[in-house]
Amino acid sequence: MTSLVIAEHDNALIKGATLNTVTAAKACGGEVHVLVAGEGAAAAAAAAAQIVGVSKVIHADGTSLKDGLAENVAAQILSIAGSYSHILFPSTAAGKNIAPRVAAKLDVAQISDITKVDSADTFERPIYAGNAIATVQSADAVKVITVRTTGFDAAAATGGSAAVETTVAVADSGKSALVGREVTKSDRPELTAAKIIVSGGRALGSAEKFSEVITPLADKLGAAIGASRAAVDAGYAPNDLQVGQTGKIVAPQLYIAAGISGAIQHLAGMKDSKVIVAINKDPEAPIFSVADYGLEADLFTAVPEIAGAL
Amino acid sequence: MKVLVPVKRVVDYNVKVRVKSDGTGVDIANVKMSMNPFDEIAVEEAVRLKEKGVVTEVIVVSCGVTQCQETLRTAMAIGADRGILVETDVDLQPLAIAKLLKALVDKEQPGLVILGKQAIDGDNNQTGQMLAALTDLPQATFASKVEVAGDKVAVSREVDGGLETLSLSIPAIITTDLRLNEPRYVTLPNIMKAKKKQLDTFKPEDLGVDVAPRLKTLKVAEPAKRGAGVKVADVAALVDKLKNEAKVI
Repeated sequence: MTSLVIAEHDNALIKGATLNTVTAAKACGGEVHVLVAGEGAAAAAAAAAQIVGVSKVIHADGTSLKDGLAENVAAQILSIAGSYSHILFPSTAAGKNIAPRVAAKLDVAQISDITKVDSADTFERPIYAGNAIATVQSADAVKVITVRTTGFDAAAATGGSAAVETTVAVADSGKSALVGREVTKSDRPELTAAKIIVSGGRALGSAEKFSEVITPLADKLGAAIGASRAAVDAGYAPNDLQVGQTGKIVAPQLYIAAGISGAIQHLAGMKDSKVIVAINKDPEAPIFSVADYGLEADLFTAVPEIAGAL
Repeated sequence: MKVLVPVKRVVDYNVKVRVKSDGTGVDIANVKMSMNPFDEIAVEEAVRLKEKGVVTEVIVVSCGVTQCQETLRTAMAIGADRGILVETDVDLQPLAIAKLLKALVDKEQPGLVILGKQAIDGDNNQTGQMLAALTDLPQATFASKVEVAGDKVAVSREVDGGLETLSLSIPAIITTDLRLNEPRYVTLPNIMKAKKKQLDTFKPEDLGVDVAPRLKTLKVAEPAKRGAGVKVADVAALVDKLKNEAKVI
């Protein structure tokens, strides 16, 4: 029984989500191998070999894997899938894009967003926006899984010494191509990996107010900035800051929700945070039902005051 | 070019579901059901492509119990031309749905299949990708913009950290993200017209698909409850609690 973890990387560095996925793979039992598929990704493969608990790194390098296209990466995984009992992806945009494609080609069910490994064939996963936890058992020969990274601790990134094996990249499918990328620039910690998150909602009123009120507090705390769907839809914050069922799932040490009412879909993305603080004018806002500390106040005065008091 | 749009009947997104006390599932008896919000966005996009003249026919399909007809009628009221119901009482999992859809893709030969990125009940986010794999077509998931030009479709996708744009050769599979469009409200005259549109019904056997579930649900439980919180009087008290009680800053 051996597990294969599909690494998320930018060719030079291994992304944090991979480390949590390795921990989930270890819980499935057996050896853990990591696939690094990319172009010029030798540095990422070397970094993957350092992860504690990994016994082999398979490094596939070629132009077809440059842009992480689902068609090509899935084909690459399928070329080696035969030797594995479990194939695990981090439940990121890239992982969610590719995993079901691999599962369908293998004619097996895929298990999405697991939060716990009960045994090698039994897993727990949230359904209905996190309002219920299902325990599911798979009878398939290969378990194709995406891992909710906030459900598992990160494996140590250094201290391991796995062998790196190179393999030939698959041919390009020719059916899709990357045209361009627009990356939101940010020097802040990555939302899904941040220890502290300051999140703003519709009550902020405008993009200017959003950054004027939320940014100084986030700066003071070295925190990532998040947003509710309402704030994103209104254009106060970019899409990739959205926390919730359909955005990012986060579980920081401290989550500060300012001007967020706390709809089911938002709670689904943050209710596993260690400490939740709610700042809201409305005493009836549902966010107060999950908050450890609630402050009933106008966020335009309270948030700057908190920043000032730190 | 035809477009095929799969739609799912799910518990309305505003309903807070309750787990059954025997742990066999969530209680959906007498709960309001609606079209999955991402599927509404998919239907809207298909209808807009038709209005632009890029698409000739929009076919909606739903797999599940008889009541899914209502979901199909809603889609037809938005502007879809005809509907297909694959009727079964079996609890359908994404792989089974993808196989049913593949059979329909083979039959109807659409240029595009537009699905929602995930259904808000199972939260799986699999069916579109699985359909792309089974039909061996290119995929663009989490779409926030779709532009058809000749035999290619350019799709902007919402990814971690920003956006990326892909160019796919048609036929292709697309799954919708929230920002793709704002679905229109259905009007009463259109609801009346939708009742007269063609709706064909198949069984999974007619399509030669085995829909037996692959994953067994052993138990469904309530998530762990959070301990009751406290309300603090002012900012000073809050900062003090965070520093000295919770020790998170």
